[in-house]
Amino acid sequence: MSTTTRPIKPLGQRPRILQMQDVDKTFNGSVVALRRMALSVNEGDFISLLGPSGCGKSTALRLIAGLMRPTAGRILWEGGQGADDLGVVFQEPTLMPWATVAHNVYLPFRLRGDRFAKVSDRIHEVLSLVGLEKFADSYPRELSGGMKMRVSIARALVTNPRLILMDEPFAALDEITRQKLNNDLLSLKAATGCTVIFVTHSVFESVFLSDRILVMAPRPGRVVKEITIDEPYPRDLAFRTSPEYAAHARATSDALMSAMGGTLMEVESHA
Amino acid sequence: MTITDTRTPALEAQPLYDEDEARHARSQRIESVARWLLPIIVVTLSIWGWSYLVRVNEIPHYILPGPGLVLQTLIEDWSILAGSALVTLQITLMALAVAIIGGVGLAILFNQSRFAEMCFFPYAVILQVTPIVSVAPLIFIYVESKFVALLLCAWIVAFFPILANTTLGLKSADHNLRDLMTIYRATRWQRLIHLQLPSALPYFLGGLRIAGGLALIGAIVAEYVAGTGGVGSGLAFRILEAGYRLNIPRMFAALLLIAVMGVIIFMSTTLISHFLLRKWHESAVKRET
Ligand SMILES: Nc1ncnc2c1ncn2[C@@H]1O[C@H](COP(=O)(O)OP(=O)(O)O)[C@@H](O)[C@H]1O
Ligand SMILES: [Mg+2]
Repeated sequence: MSTTTRPIKPLGQRPRILQMQDVDKTFNGSVVALRRMALSVNEGDFISLLGPSGCGKSTALRLIAGLMRPTAGRILWEGGQGADDLGVVFQEPTLMPWATVAHNVYLPFRLRGDRFAKVSDRIHEVLSLVGLEKFADSYPRELSGGMKMRVSIARALVTNPRLILMDEPFAALDEITRQKLNNDLLSLKAATGCTVIFVTHSVFESVFLSDRILVMAPRPGRVVKEITIDEPYPRDLAFRTSPEYAAHARATSDALMSAMGGTLMEVESHA
Repeated sequence: MTITDTRTPALEAQPLYDEDEARHARSQRIESVARWLLPIIVVTLSIWGWSYLVRVNEIPHYILPGPGLVLQTLIEDWSILAGSALVTLQITLMALAVAIIGGVGLAILFNQSRFAEMCFFPYAVILQVTPIVSVAPLIFIYVESKFVALLLCAWIVAFFPILANTTLGLKSADHNLRDLMTIYRATRWQRLIHLQLPSALPYFLGGLRIAGGLALIGAIVAEYVAGTGGVGSGLAFRILEAGYRLNIPRMFAALLLIAVMGVIIFMSTTLISHFLLRKWHESAVKRET
């Protein structure tokens, strides 16, 4: 098996993968987590869901992942959903401590019945993609937080899924590691052409990574604004310090603030 | 495109670089020697003290034999005592094996079926909380084979910690990993094999360490209850028999054997636990302090 690099088409010409149509999610009959949430994902998109804590970002991802059902509305996959369509990265690395790095990455294959020998080339390929080929036989506890997160990303990538969901994957890491992983994530995206929905509550992270930012508002959770960051990839340090970046960050920040219907104070108290 | 991580893992030993490090290393060396040496010294001293007290006070051997006499008895009566030790050990190990199969089996059954748990868990608790000495006489009445009866008693005492710990362990798998299993559409069986059983392993091993000691206690207690009436031949039977004959040195020798067996069982389960967990579990991971 070899890496299928999907060429990324320009925004507007990408085929649709998935659509969320007017999805409601209510917990225990009273907590309205999402109300009329809509989004559509196209092949090659890097979408950020940006919003304060509790606005339903994780709920949206769990609905897309099929871990819960919407109370109302529909989630439609183009051409139906297969078992290999999803890769997921959680806020914690979520590795099996008893298994080596290679066997952790092997998990999705193992569950669909592939022997290790058959897929070991692919596993090592993905590990080298995230820079961990030397650690294939290490156990998770021997790795740093950032390295564990890379293993988690490798596991999400290994089956070449149509869509990768990431729920604040770098929120628990230190700033330096986080920036590095952000850079690496964009390299991975360029290398594989994967499609990502990325949950974050950082304006800067979302502007740096995404081509589309969906700003969400709380109570009830919904998408209130879509911002397109039509800047070329790869993005690097030069982009981070460019006036365009600053302008996008300003606009996104404003959108987030008006979504909150309040002041910066309120944004921070929820972040 | 490749992403490289320039960090090296903190696995290689760092060279000593200053006084502090050297002092630290020295104190560690001393500690590692002391860990073995100190218990040996203490045991030697107390044996010597015991022997001294017996000699100085001229205590007769039918009240308190000296350590020398106990050792001598152990050697002289070795053929009888070793045979008995083997019987007790056999019952203990078989009970432990059945406790493992029964405990883990029931835990998996309870985990897979809530109804099975509702039906049978109360009985597991009742078996556990009823003192074995009060149940054993009934077992000896109803179960024909004495060997099976002894086995049953030891099993009742030993299986509960394995059941309880494994049940807890099967439920304690990381919730994100459980979600991941759902996302990858794992079957119930795959979930059990690849997630729940490995998660339960440390809990099971904790239960095993308790159960090993309890199986021995169960076997001994059951032998006491069975008494000397039948064709008993385990270590507890030897103690009872020697007690009737006021053969105190032999009582001590048998007691010594039981203690040694208990220690060996504990050390074995600890060792098994260490080897199964040393690569990944926090409990078995050595850290620089
Ligand atoms: N399983 C659940 N049961 C009840 N309420 C929930 C559950 N999951 C989330 N919620 C509620 O739904 C809202 C959105 O939660 P979440 O999606 O986790 O927000 P976010 O990820 O944006 O921080 C919150 O008010 C939260 O309390
Ligand atoms: Mg969340």
